[in-house]
Amino acid sequence: MVENRPVLTFLAHALLVLGILVMALPIWIVLVTSSQAPQDVLTAPIPMWFGDRLVENYLAVLGHGLTRSSSGPVAPMMLNSLIMAVSIAMGKIAISILSAFAIVYFRFPGRMLAFWTIFVTLMLPVEVRILPTFEVVANLGMLNSYAGLTIPLIASATATFLFRQFFMTVPDELAEAARVDGAGPMRFFFDILLPLSRTNIAALFVILFIYGWNQYLWPLLVTTDERYYTIVMAIQRMLTAADAEPEWHFIAAVAMLAMLPPVLVVLLMQRWFVKGLVETEK
Amino acid sequence: MEKRVVFRQRGLPYLLLMPQLAVTLVFFIWPASQALWQSMLVQDPFGFATQFVWFENFRALFGNPEYTHSLRVTAVFSFAVAFSGLAIALLLAAMADFVIRAATFYKTMLIWPYAVAPAIAGVLWLFMFNPAIGIIAWLLGGVGVDWNHQLNGGQALLLVIIAATWKQISYNFLFFLAGMQSIPRSLIEAAAIDGAGPVKRFVTLVFPLISPTTFFLLVVNLVYAFFDTFGIIHAVTEGGPAQATTTLVYKVYRDGFIGLDLGGSAAQSVVLMAIVMALTFVQFRFIERRVQYA
Repeated sequence: MVENRPVLTFLAHALLVLGILVMALPIWIVLVTSSQAPQDVLTAPIPMWFGDRLVENYLAVLGHGLTRSSSGPVAPMMLNSLIMAVSIAMGKIAISILSAFAIVYFRFPGRMLAFWTIFVTLMLPVEVRILPTFEVVANLGMLNSYAGLTIPLIASATATFLFRQFFMTVPDELAEAARVDGAGPMRFFFDILLPLSRTNIAALFVILFIYGWNQYLWPLLVTTDERYYTIVMAIQRMLTAADAEPEWHFIAAVAMLAMLPPVLVVLLMQRWFVKGLVETEK
Repeated sequence: MEKRVVFRQRGLPYLLLMPQLAVTLVFFIWPASQALWQSMLVQDPFGFATQFVWFENFRALFGNPEYTHSLRVTAVFSFAVAFSGLAIALLLAAMADFVIRAATFYKTMLIWPYAVAPAIAGVLWLFMFNPAIGIIAWLLGGVGVDWNHQLNGGQALLLVIIAATWKQISYNFLFFLAGMQSIPRSLIEAAAIDGAGPVKRFVTLVFPLISPTTFFLLVVNLVYAFFDTFGIIHAVTEGGPAQATTTLVYKVYRDGFIGLDLGGSAAQSVVLMAIVMALTFVQFRFIERRVQYA
């Protein structure tokens, strides 16, 4: 602090605390709602403190799903989300680190063409090519499968750029020494480059896990079979189905379960998260 | 910048690039070129014959009042989300930067909404504003405001703007705070010794110095509001009531996937591609100036 200004300092703390409370208010409401009995959350004002059905409600949605809208249990959906998030994160990291290695450590015809082809993916998010991408996936017979949920999303220009930037900072002497000692390129990659990239991989994994878990439009397009629903996309169906007779206490529990894993990842791995966020934007 | 030391194997780099390039070509380049091609085709109602019509689909698109309405909705939505998200985050970051000692604590408390999926963020705010059970809708009713976003288009738009902003504040906050903390303390102290108070220092020193961050965030926020908010709109309003919240991305989805209008949807995709390309270009054109401080 540059100078001592008690009033201003107090004001700053007050504003920050207010900000935190406003940010957290919706979570509090939903958390509290998820612990109520159905008849307590039919009309406003709903209770602002916990009811006595917390464990019961969560067990019910995990094991059976919503009562009236026959949504299916939520536990398998969370498993699907987990499979999708981990596959996308690992797939993106694997194919990006390999292509960055090729682009940085080799000279070959078509190198710049490959680089620009990867770059172009930045400009083509799923949202702008919905229908044709769906047709490709349908023609390949990948609808309603884990392959269809993950493979079309694993091309990543940002991850490739991140590894490219990082490889550029690795001293040339390391590659030279490896070559003098008779190590081939793959040996150099696995024994030297990969261990050096650990922090970058960890940071990317956190960001990409959240990206994969939070996918919405893509699972909505490629899954019609309940066995492949992810929890984030399924909540919309529960809302629409619940329009006539809403089961708010269950929907609240599902919403809590859908945000718990990525929020925990951010809070527990904050250092990696911040690093990943800042670096992928460079 | 190029590496001095390279390996000489001939086939290996192609092998290494293959997985990434295969996914890119099959799921990105090919569908995008399909969209370009289809945007110039018209299919008869039974799908028996298609005709090449040059830019007819685009002319029809911009002549369609529904589409121009959706353009206006997207513009209002995006600028409202970007502006309010940046303003609130800037205020909070300035406060956190002022109380240096506790900044890390406040950072932890403010960054977690980034991890919440857009669709879930929408559901969270739906709980607050639902006409039957929402606490805010109930409070508004108490002061004579009849809140029902299922009927009132303006209220529906406001609701999705709030949910989208709420989710984006963390991201902006993080970058603003990083930008402010990278300003040399000596600059701030020099200004303080010269008699500049905190407000004056912010206006004449801090804000100009973080302007590259602000500009970068503006672009990122616009991209977010354009493309990543589909989940919020689909889960909360489904584009309604009466298309009051139908953004361009939601319209592509509805016309193409539910309306099955091939040429029209492809033409809309091409317009969106042009928008992303313009935004990406702007972002990369100015990226060097940003890295200096961020």
